[in-house]
Amino acid sequence: MDKRLKRILPRVQKPARYTGGEYNEIIKDTAAVKLRMAFCFPDIYEIGMSNLGMQILYGAINAEPDIWCERVFAPWGDMAEEMRNKGIPLYALESGDPLGEFDAIGFSLGYEMAYCTVLDMLDMAGIPVRSEERTELVPLVFAGGTSCCNPEPMAPFFDLMVLGEGEEVDIEVLRLFQRARDLGWSKTGFLREAAKIPGVYVPSLYEPEYNPDGTLAALKCLDGAPEKVTKRIVADLDSAFYPTKPVVPSTEIVHDRVNLELFRGCVRGCRFCQAGYVYRPIRARSAEKIVELGRETLKNTGSQEATLLSLSSSDYRHLTAACDGLLDWCEPRSISLSLPSLRADNFSMELMSRLQKVRRGGLTFAPEAGTQRLRDVINKNVTEEELLNTCRIAFEGGWNGIKLYFMLGLPTETDEDVLGIADLAAKVLHVWRESSPNKQRGVRITVSTSCFVPKPHSPFQWEAQVTRKEYRRRVELLRGAITAKNVTYNWHDADTSLIEAALSRGDRRVGAAIENAWRRGARLEAWSDYFDFNRWLDAFAECGLDPEFYAVRERSEDECLPWSRVNMGVRTELLLRERHRAYDARLSPDCRAACSACGAQGMLPKGVKCDG
Amino acid sequence: MDKLRLRFEKTGRAVYISHLDLMRVVQRVFLRAGVPLRYSEGFNPHPLISICLPLSVGTASVCELMDFRVAADVDLDALPDALTAAAPGGIRFLECYEPRRKAAEIKWLRIEGVFEYDGADASEILPRLEEFFSRESIPVSRRTKRGEGVMELAGNARDFSFVRAEGGVKLSCTVSAQEPTVNPELLVKALEQLDCALKPDFAGFTRIETLDREFKPFR
Repeated sequence: MDKRLKRILPRVQKPARYTGGEYNEIIKDTAAVKLRMAFCFPDIYEIGMSNLGMQILYGAINAEPDIWCERVFAPWGDMAEEMRNKGIPLYALESGDPLGEFDAIGFSLGYEMAYCTVLDMLDMAGIPVRSEERTELVPLVFAGGTSCCNPEPMAPFFDLMVLGEGEEVDIEVLRLFQRARDLGWSKTGFLREAAKIPGVYVPSLYEPEYNPDGTLAALKCLDGAPEKVTKRIVADLDSAFYPTKPVVPSTEIVHDRVNLELFRGCVRGCRFCQAGYVYRPIRARSAEKIVELGRETLKNTGSQEATLLSLSSSDYRHLTAACDGLLDWCEPRSISLSLPSLRADNFSMELMSRLQKVRRGGLTFAPEAGTQRLRDVINKNVTEEELLNTCRIAFEGGWNGIKLYFMLGLPTETDEDVLGIADLAAKVLHVWRESSPNKQRGVRITVSTSCFVPKPHSPFQWEAQVTRKEYRRRVELLRGAITAKNVTYNWHDADTSLIEAALSRGDRRVGAAIENAWRRGARLEAWSDYFDFNRWLDAFAECGLDPEFYAVRERSEDECLPWSRVNMGVRTELLLRERHRAYDARLSPDCRAACSACGAQGMLPKGVKCDG
Repeated sequence: MDKLRLRFEKTGRAVYISHLDLMRVVQRVFLRAGVPLRYSEGFNPHPLISICLPLSVGTASVCELMDFRVAADVDLDALPDALTAAAPGGIRFLECYEPRRKAAEIKWLRIEGVFEYDGADASEILPRLEEFFSRESIPVSRRTKRGEGVMELAGNARDFSFVRAEGGVKLSCTVSAQEPTVNPELLVKALEQLDCALKPDFAGFTRIETLDREFKPFR
């Protein structure tokens, strides 16, 4: 270990997150490997190590014997300051080698508020942040992850971006890069070739042109770059790589447990939900596979908790079989099994009761909107009756806390919809009064609202976000309407939501604002400890931009969108149809009741059915 | 066979694992190695593991002791290697046995340390350190849970020896492990408070041996 590091570590908070050496970490011989990749997560260790995507890609890339993939996280403020003061470059946990010694540096982009941290991590390693400033082929700086579905805001910084699931395409990119390095290709020569790999978006091969009003006129393809880049998927989950030997952290992280992924995609089609559209088509693991992976991973980690992951676990066809199989293994070993993302229906409640035999604290539901009309607008197929019924079962079963999540600022929302949230909370409280077997224990009903952020590739991608002022007015309106003592109301501030909205639907010019904000000190902006709204306003202003232009402006349906070169599998016509149905408060059936022909089925090999 | 004791090392990168984190780490090590741990009874059963003398973050040790309980017989000779194979880097299990003495009988700890001096000449500093730590009274003020307090180091830290080492001075001494507990960091604090010129730019410590009241190795 670096002597300077040895002096710093005892002084910083939770030093174990900066040392590596955890069980199941992968160590290879640098002399024997042909390519070294630094897998960078632009947030702190505790967040990154909880991320299943990172565990999957770390394992899948290291399954290539001659590639060594190591982990890099962003240090917390105290450590970052110490490292900068002592001139210690950002290093990878496995070898302790600085990022500058790696061939390829890959970032996982899961959320917009991590963008500044990417620049900070590159800079902490002494690597120029802009792609054009890095004229040599090595190191390759690239990214993948959900936020890449609008690649333009971060386009100035990455050499290439990978769309969709990375298990296969990451390795194809690394192999091509290895050949380019060994044969001495130029960077531009390599990028032109890389653009031919399906799923690879090379920002330098697309040139934005703007209209006089500031909207995007076109993204011109250069040097034979493809008109559309289609995201990649793994067609068959049962045969796909799964990390059954994940790194076991030696210090506490956010979600310290074995993650078991049930399926990818979602049958529901809630119109505000980006994930529900960009992760299509639906592909499930078999129950046998889930049980097998679960047992193996639990054995290999010694973990005492496993959780089943998906966008909507109640929609997994083999849920009972998978839970039974896992419980057979877990119960005799005192391993607990948890099941987030359940729908508010009876079946789910029965399942919950079986899983949580002892500790019954709080349950969380996300009705998202306060009235049936608005829930129909967003296609959230949950009725008040179902929700209250579920609450009744929960209260009868001994739960005494319910959290209800809502969004304010959804398209077409009126004051009546806002007040509907208070009504709904009051009805839940009433149900508790009627059904709780033990009223002395009391009840906690928590209502939380956040400000809706329209996201690319969702049916609401053209919508305006409400202004911060309007959001605050609605918060006050709701606040005044919630009077019951047992109901707590929490609201997220809209400052972060405005910036998130601007970054999420931004064009390439927003990259300059991101860089400017970072030069003013922005990093780890998803943390309220560090988020500084005025710094963002200053950064946008200095770049001659206005975050509201990106956030609160409704786009016309024929506007050229910054993500128009990206195909996430769903046809734009379907998104438009859903948008128009929203205005009629007209529901669309879920994928199982009637296929909407969204187009995602076409990503699967011939003969393989969506949700098969 | 019910109560067992393990002796283990915590060195290298593992020195940064905190005491609380270590409890969870060893619990998982046991589970991975398939040791039939005994659990407490009640709503939230937890394994019966206790680490005899909690170690500060940053301090290494080659003499850690941990008591635990098993629900079935285990092979004592094979256990240390099996556990080491299931442990993160820097944690190595040395031996496992049925304890005959209570951990409360540990009285002293033999420790070694390095004082690094960046600018100063260590050969000039060494005799002054010897003088300092042989004083009859070395009162150090420190913050405890009960507020500011003063501890008398003289007598509770003893048998000092100093030799020159690369970049500074290597020391070896014996400190009181319990009643009172002398954290080796107090040696640095004493220098800082009473003779600042002797304060090293960096100090690192390693526990070498647990001793009983008679200064005999405690097992």
